[in-house]
Amino acid sequence: MASMTMIDAIRSAHDAVMERDERVVVFGEDVGFFGGVFRCTAGLQEKYGPTRCFDAPISELGIVGTAIGMAAYGLRPCVEIQFADYVYPAYDQIVSEAARLRHRSAGDFTCPLVIRMPVGGGIFGGQTHSQSPEAIFTHVSGLKTVMPSNPYDAKGLLTAAIEDPDPVIFLEPKRLYNGPFDGHHDAPVVPWRSHESGDVPEDYYSLPLGKAEVRRSGEQVTVLAYGTMVYVAQTAAEESGVDAEIIDLRSLLPLDIDTITESVRKTGRCVIVHEATLTCGFGAELAALVQQECFYHLEVPIQRVTGWDTPYPHAQEWNYFPGPARLGRALQKAMEA
Amino acid sequence: MPKATGLSLHVPAPGVRPGDTPDFSDVDIPKAGETRRPDVDSDPKDIRDLAFTVIRVLSRDGDAVGPWANSLSNEELIVGLRHMMTVRSFDSRMLMAQRQGKTSFFVQSFGEEAVACAFQQALQKGDMNFPTYRQVGLLISQQYPLIKLMNQIYSNEEDPIRGRQLPVMYSAKDYGFFSISGNLTTQFSQAVGWAMASAISNDNKIAVGWVGDGSTSENDFHAAMVFASTYRAPVVLNIVNNQWAISTFQGMAKGGSATFAARGHGFGIPALRVDGNDYLAVHAVAKWATERARLNLGPTLVEYVTYRAGGHSTSDDPAAYRPKQEGDAWPLGDPILRLKSHLIKQGVWSEQKHAQVEAEVEDEVISAQKASEEIGTLISGNAPSARDMFEGVYEQMPPHLVKQRQEAGY
Repeated sequence: MASMTMIDAIRSAHDAVMERDERVVVFGEDVGFFGGVFRCTAGLQEKYGPTRCFDAPISELGIVGTAIGMAAYGLRPCVEIQFADYVYPAYDQIVSEAARLRHRSAGDFTCPLVIRMPVGGGIFGGQTHSQSPEAIFTHVSGLKTVMPSNPYDAKGLLTAAIEDPDPVIFLEPKRLYNGPFDGHHDAPVVPWRSHESGDVPEDYYSLPLGKAEVRRSGEQVTVLAYGTMVYVAQTAAEESGVDAEIIDLRSLLPLDIDTITESVRKTGRCVIVHEATLTCGFGAELAALVQQECFYHLEVPIQRVTGWDTPYPHAQEWNYFPGPARLGRALQKAMEA
Repeated sequence: MPKATGLSLHVPAPGVRPGDTPDFSDVDIPKAGETRRPDVDSDPKDIRDLAFTVIRVLSRDGDAVGPWANSLSNEELIVGLRHMMTVRSFDSRMLMAQRQGKTSFFVQSFGEEAVACAFQQALQKGDMNFPTYRQVGLLISQQYPLIKLMNQIYSNEEDPIRGRQLPVMYSAKDYGFFSISGNLTTQFSQAVGWAMASAISNDNKIAVGWVGDGSTSENDFHAAMVFASTYRAPVVLNIVNNQWAISTFQGMAKGGSATFAARGHGFGIPALRVDGNDYLAVHAVAKWATERARLNLGPTLVEYVTYRAGGHSTSDDPAAYRPKQEGDAWPLGDPILRLKSHLIKQGVWSEQKHAQVEAEVEDEVISAQKASEEIGTLISGNAPSARDMFEGVYEQMPPHLVKQRQEAGY
């Protein structure tokens, strides 16, 4: 075991998989010599050489398009989009090509590809460095979408994503790169080294895609969260005094519906929280599934606590970000009914 | 100096429209044999002239002339002629089948048969094409079974891709033919990536990307050019300029560029322009470009000057936007007739032999069609099961899809 930040853990996952499988290649903007603007690929070019870890021209479409060709050839590319906010030029390649290749060719060609990208807010990134576009990926058949919330999961899930036979969108909550964050932006930063999930095996391991994790057991209300919101939810539960059961989804698609259903049937209450905008957000899918599977167990309407349906602001970041106070009020409201 | 009179927008339009006399006087066609053939390791900046000419081998008189001639023997040319004739016969039968309601859609290669058929002869086993829907010649010239193409067109039980795609969106990995998307130009950057992967793996295989004149406007074209140039990918990037993108004339995509080939210059990619209706010239240029890629000298951009003699697809009627006789006026002629004349002039072919082969390929096509239709057509039934549409979305079917499949009753 070593104490790792989420950045260290992501780098370590790359390293462990590249060591084992020479088909794994890593590229993206600033990814090679410099090791990425968040340093998630630092040292890989030095260790594995410039044909296995390299810089790419500033073209997300080109990065994903060439990676699809590499995957079809038989390599296992893992590419970085510098910020999720920049992924849109590549969307056609992701939706019409990567996600469809196995199906449309009846398995003649496949696309084992990972597209990593930092998501979410909390860093004063404004509208072009803060978005959470998970729902535009979960909506696409043929893709898997994963979002870890801590270093241990980040390494294990990234390993599984790179080894997966199908394309995986790997979303990294950038506010969690250096420590857990519960939304109290004026509090001192907590480093991963003081958190148990910051203990990460140095050797290779993987965690299965499609398994949620209960982060806090509780009896009164189930909170469905992922990424940064896992910590916001934990603090909201403590501060509101509501005995919430907090589920960290980890993988949005495939989704661990069994863990969700079991919890909501127990608590009879469900609050969904995500940073992304409300309308047609992933929370809408979760709410639909929960009412479908748990309708007769629900005591109160399902609530969604999310980013507002506005562009992500700069100066007003903390009015936008779904912090512990807003979530706490929702938990209390759930208990009032 | 012109005087300022206020701004006005320039919207390009073709010189002629339905009812007008076809006019190709602006298409500059140099004489066959006139264009030089540089060494494959030439510096791109020293061969820029090749993007502004048209490399041609077959003369008006049917002779093979100039430095690009003699890349194939007469025996190989006879085989190539048969390939093109098979494509034409196949196209004509499948077009008719669509008109008879046996399938939903079809795209023919009419008039452009030389481009794919001749290019394929320069490739080796293991190389990978990333084709568009107008390159069936890449498969037919490799003796890919016609019945499999037809099974795909009919989406019947034996369709290699299980009824999942529109007709003509074939996939044939073993024949170096990447799954056709139907979205334009997406595969240009994929071809570059495939080629990069081959280079990363120290392999000796090369990739070939294909686009049309219209779709060079897509961002994907520029992304592919940047990546090909930056990493010197072993790829040949082909632009088939057939003058028309559905109803849109090539001037709309070309803008102020002199030629599509010239777009290679900004990327430092050697660019060649070739007579796409000249089987010998296409092959010679393909050989030059593939050799360059295989020698690790990097990418080549090739523009094939040709003419889309038919409609864009069975959903298109070109009479609505271009003169009916325009195809006949096309100055580069018909690829099959030109190769036929050449072989006759060489004394190795005759009208009788040609008629005989025409009958033979028609028999092959018709018997494949009968066998395919016995399996089923889109209309007659025997399509892959509805259960099948849930397969292959992922390698392992996730629980939510299993549930949906059960709900659908399969």
